[in-house]
Amino acid sequence: MSVGGLKRQQRKVIWILLTPALLTVFAFTTIPAVTTLSYAFFDWTGFQRLGFAGLDNFAKLTQYPFKDQLLNALRHNVLVFIGIYILQTSLGILIAYALWRTTKGQRFFRTVTFLPVIFSLVVVGYMWQVMLDPYYGPINQILNGIGLDNFAKPWLGSTATALPTLVFINLWRWVGFPAIIFLSGLNAINTEFIEAARIDGAKEGQIFRKIIFPLLAPSMTIITILTFIGAFEWFDLPFVLGGSNGNPAGATDTLALMFYRLSFGTVDSGANNVGVGSALGVLIFLIVGLGAYFGSNFMRKREVEQ
Amino acid sequence: MIRLFASRAFFKGVLVFNSLLVLLPVFFLLNSSLREDSSFAANPFSLARKPHWANFQTVWSDGAFATYLKNSLLITGGSLILTLLFALGAGFVLGRYSFKGNGVIYGFVLTGMLVPAKLAILPLFIQLKWMNLLDSHIGLILVYTSGALPAAIFIMAGFFKSLPNDLDNAARIDGASEFQLISKVLVPLVKPGLAIVGIYSAIPIWNDFFLPLVFLQSPEKKTIMQGLTVFFGQYASQWGVLFAGLTMAALPLIVLYLILSEQFIKGLTAGAVKG
Repeated sequence: MSVGGLKRQQRKVIWILLTPALLTVFAFTTIPAVTTLSYAFFDWTGFQRLGFAGLDNFAKLTQYPFKDQLLNALRHNVLVFIGIYILQTSLGILIAYALWRTTKGQRFFRTVTFLPVIFSLVVVGYMWQVMLDPYYGPINQILNGIGLDNFAKPWLGSTATALPTLVFINLWRWVGFPAIIFLSGLNAINTEFIEAARIDGAKEGQIFRKIIFPLLAPSMTIITILTFIGAFEWFDLPFVLGGSNGNPAGATDTLALMFYRLSFGTVDSGANNVGVGSALGVLIFLIVGLGAYFGSNFMRKREVEQ
Repeated sequence: MIRLFASRAFFKGVLVFNSLLVLLPVFFLLNSSLREDSSFAANPFSLARKPHWANFQTVWSDGAFATYLKNSLLITGGSLILTLLFALGAGFVLGRYSFKGNGVIYGFVLTGMLVPAKLAILPLFIQLKWMNLLDSHIGLILVYTSGALPAAIFIMAGFFKSLPNDLDNAARIDGASEFQLISKVLVPLVKPGLAIVGIYSAIPIWNDFFLPLVFLQSPEKKTIMQGLTVFFGQYASQWGVLFAGLTMAALPLIVLYLILSEQFIKGLTAGAVKG
């Protein structure tokens, strides 16, 4: 075939093969993403757009009744991020390091570590809800059985323990993910450095602190950013276990739940408010976007310096 | 030497302890699905020595549950087929042809990876309503496909790029058309990429809760994860049945994972590892 013939055929192929993909992404990702910003600047009744509202919807977020809800939810997102970040990163590194140091049975332990990641949060949530049942749940039965009666609580039912319990359930489901990411980071380390340090008489703890941990910086960047995004878009688990109001008594409310309530309304809090909901959506987007942007810049710089 | 041994034992201990924390709840889930409801009050732990399969029968004969499962299979399968097909084509073009606009289109696809679907949900909702695709499996399939495509194209283009150019030229000299080149020569070589894309796309769709919650209202259209919330309310006091339902929702993925764990781990972490 002549070069010109091939070019002509390729043009046809480009056209046929690219169109379906580009059209789908354009219609169902690009258009909604671009228009979503504009929604916050209009008044709405139900899903009907009314007049231009300027910054009114954003102003409403700082007034009664939205202000208190917003601050309450935001505080929970921050706490959840801190809790999840500390627990999942440190335990993830510990498990990854243990996997890395273990050759016999590594495959088995790795498979088990990652198993909960494939579970749906709905299944995980309900499974733990039953296990944490105040009366018949095995967790409280174990606590009673070993004499720790004082610790047997309605974990998900009391305002003091509901949020930490959700963080724990999230940890159970997700810690395998950072563990596997850190493990692949460990596997990428050139073991000659470590051998050399060992020959020079360095202790295992020193080797970890001085050589291994700094070299895990790229994995740390990924996990930090993903945890940040996940924590500020946290929805499924609190919705499954606390409903759209963040029960008990708003103790598990999050920004995404509030966004959902405003967008689609709820049985008890009534009609939706698309304008204020969209303003909140923009706010969440800014938090997540700016956080991820500056966070990754900061952490990348750290990677280079080390 | 003793110290090294001790630390080795410590890390083994960490792994064993972690495995117990993971496996005991899963075992509790599976075991409980085979117990009679009445036996829980006395002892939440006893083994299901005589498997009480009736729980599964109850779940299955509660017609709604079977419908949820069928819907989830349909939606996940449909989205998966479209995603693989579209990403294969687009990945081939973007990974193997050099033409004007290649870079721009590739950049456009990559920006699609940055959009958090949850926050664009309102315009999407109104758009689907306008397109008459609300409360419709096709609408949901298109949204899922669109969400999965950017990463899928990114991964596939990378796989296509890594193959030597001589392959194409040899096939063309032998008289193969571009489509024959793809289907006969290249597809067999990018199969690992297709596996990663398949898992990366299918698992979150099967497990997803948010989009069906917003887009599907008719009881007969709901997905399994959405249906579980209905089911859970209905059988709140029948733990055996409850756990049988949870098991049926989770088991397909557990079994697949045990067979294909390497591909699962690669697939689900693909988005996190820079290309």
